[in-house]
Order: sequence, then C-alpha cells, then structure tokens
Amino acid sequence: MEERSEAELITAVLAGDAASFEPLVVKYSPRVFATARRYARRDSEVEDIVQEVWLKAFDKLKSFRGEAPFEHWLMRMAVRTCYDFLRGHQRNRESSFSEISEPEEDWLERFVVDPASAPEDADAAKLLIDRVMEKLSPEARMVIQLLEIEDRSVKEIAEITGWSVPLVKVRAFRARGEMRKILARMTKEKYL
Amino acid sequence: MNLAELHRKLAAAARLQKPDDRVPYAFEKRIMALVAERTATAWRVQWTRGLWRAAVSCMAVAVVCGAISLFTPDTNDGGNDLSQDFENTLLASVDQGDSTP
Repeated sequence: MEERSEAELITAVLAGDAASFEPLVVKYSPRVFATARRYARRDSEVEDIVQEVWLKAFDKLKSFRGEAPFEHWLMRMAVRTCYDFLRGHQRNRESSFSEISEPEEDWLERFVVDPASAPEDADAAKLLIDRVMEKLSPEARMVIQLLEIEDRSVKEIAEITGWSVPLVKVRAFRARGEMRKILARMTKEKYL
Repeated sequence: MNLAELHRKLAAAARLQKPDDRVPYAFEKRIMALVAERTATAWRVQWTRGLWRAAVSCMAVAVVCGAISLFTPDTNDGGNDLSQDFENTLLASVDQGDSTP
C-alpha cells in the first residue's frame, strides 16, 4: 500500500478519521521524546510530557495551516509543553551541591588544576551540566538549552517559544548571569 | 577559578550528549487510545450541547407564544370565536341534513 503524505494524513484526521493520526505519532515520537528528555529526567515525567504534546497536537490540529512543515509546528508545541513542565516542577533548585558524585568531583578538581585537562566528553561533565541545568530558573534553562546547547539563533528561539526577539536577548543575558552564579556557588561549596 | 571557561566546557559537554530518542513499546497505541477516548467524548459533548441549545430555543418559542396569546387583545365579536366557527363547520352537514325535506 502506498504511504500517504503528511498533508493527506492531516486532512484525513481533520475530516474525522482519527486513525490517520497514528502514522504521525509513530514518525515523530522519537524527536518529541528526545526533546522532552532534555528537560525532564524521570521516565514517567518524560512520557507525561510527550503524551501531552500529542494530545495538544490532536486538539489543535485545526490551527495547523501547512505553511511550515508539520515537524516544526509539532516541535514548537513540544518545547512550549516542556517549558510549562519546567514552570510546574521547580524542585531541586535550591538544593546544595553536596550530593556531587566522586567522578564529578574529580572532574572539577582536574578543571581547577588545569582547565585543559578536564575532558568535555567525560560522563562526569555531562552529569555536572545536568545538575547545573536543574538549578536554573525555567526561563534561563530554556534559553541556555536552546541557545548554547542546541545552537539555535535568537530568531529561532523567539519563534519556538513565542517570546519577542528583545525578550530572548534579555533572558539570554540573565540566563548566563544565573549560570555563572550557580557555577560560582558550586565551586565555592567545593573549594572554600 | 575561570567560571567563563567552566561554563563553556560544561555547555560543550552538554552539546556532546546525544539526545535519547527511544520510544517506549506501543506508545503510539496509548496515544491513539487517548485520542479515541477524546473523540468519543467530544462527540458526546457536541450532541449534549446541541440538545441543550435546542431545548433552550424551544423554551424561548414557547414563552413567546404564551406571551403573545396572553397579551393579544380579545377580538371576539359576539361569540364568533374559533370554537364557534369550528363547531359550525363540523356540524354543517348535520344542519344541512335537518333543513332538507
């Protein structure tokens, strides 16, 4: 059987054939899961986010005009749902860095002695950045994630988040400051 | 400590992390079950809303008709009201039969 195009599937869903939604879910779920895992750690939370994204997509499919690819429209919805999740789950932000594991501590010590000797691809560095990201405010985390980790432009971030370009710039400036403060706190707790 | 360099290194470490895009087994089935549930609920809600609207419209029409019949001035002219006319029409054949020799 010939595969139906995305546009055909969407038209069918809008005409009342809900089953045509399934191929879209199968195709794009890996991307939505990858996005959700950047903002949530627990599997149950990730699944809840992705489920919400798909239900929102189904409910709001009428608003999809087909001017941009469906994937862009869906990913915008995914990022916004993740942001809502971050705003609703602001735990661990005030906790200290006392629970840093031994490999993370070793990595930090190597960095203190000689920054070049601490490899970026080490698992400890990945754990550390996850820990630091969890302590950022939802706005700062969103901006750092999109701007510095996913390498998106300010304009792209504005489109994804629905914020204006100047607001993204202001939030990026504040986010970097916030990140710097958290790093300072972390190193102070460990080395003073 | 060079915080800017630490920031850069950690951001680079995060960039090196390949996002995990595994999807739990039969996840799409779960979504489709929820979508079907939603569709059925939406259908019921639409019908309920439609019926309520129809009921409200019927009530409004009934109230308007009641008000018209209540406030319309009585135009009876000497007993020639609708009931009298109806009776005359109904009994016309009987009256004709009586008057024929």
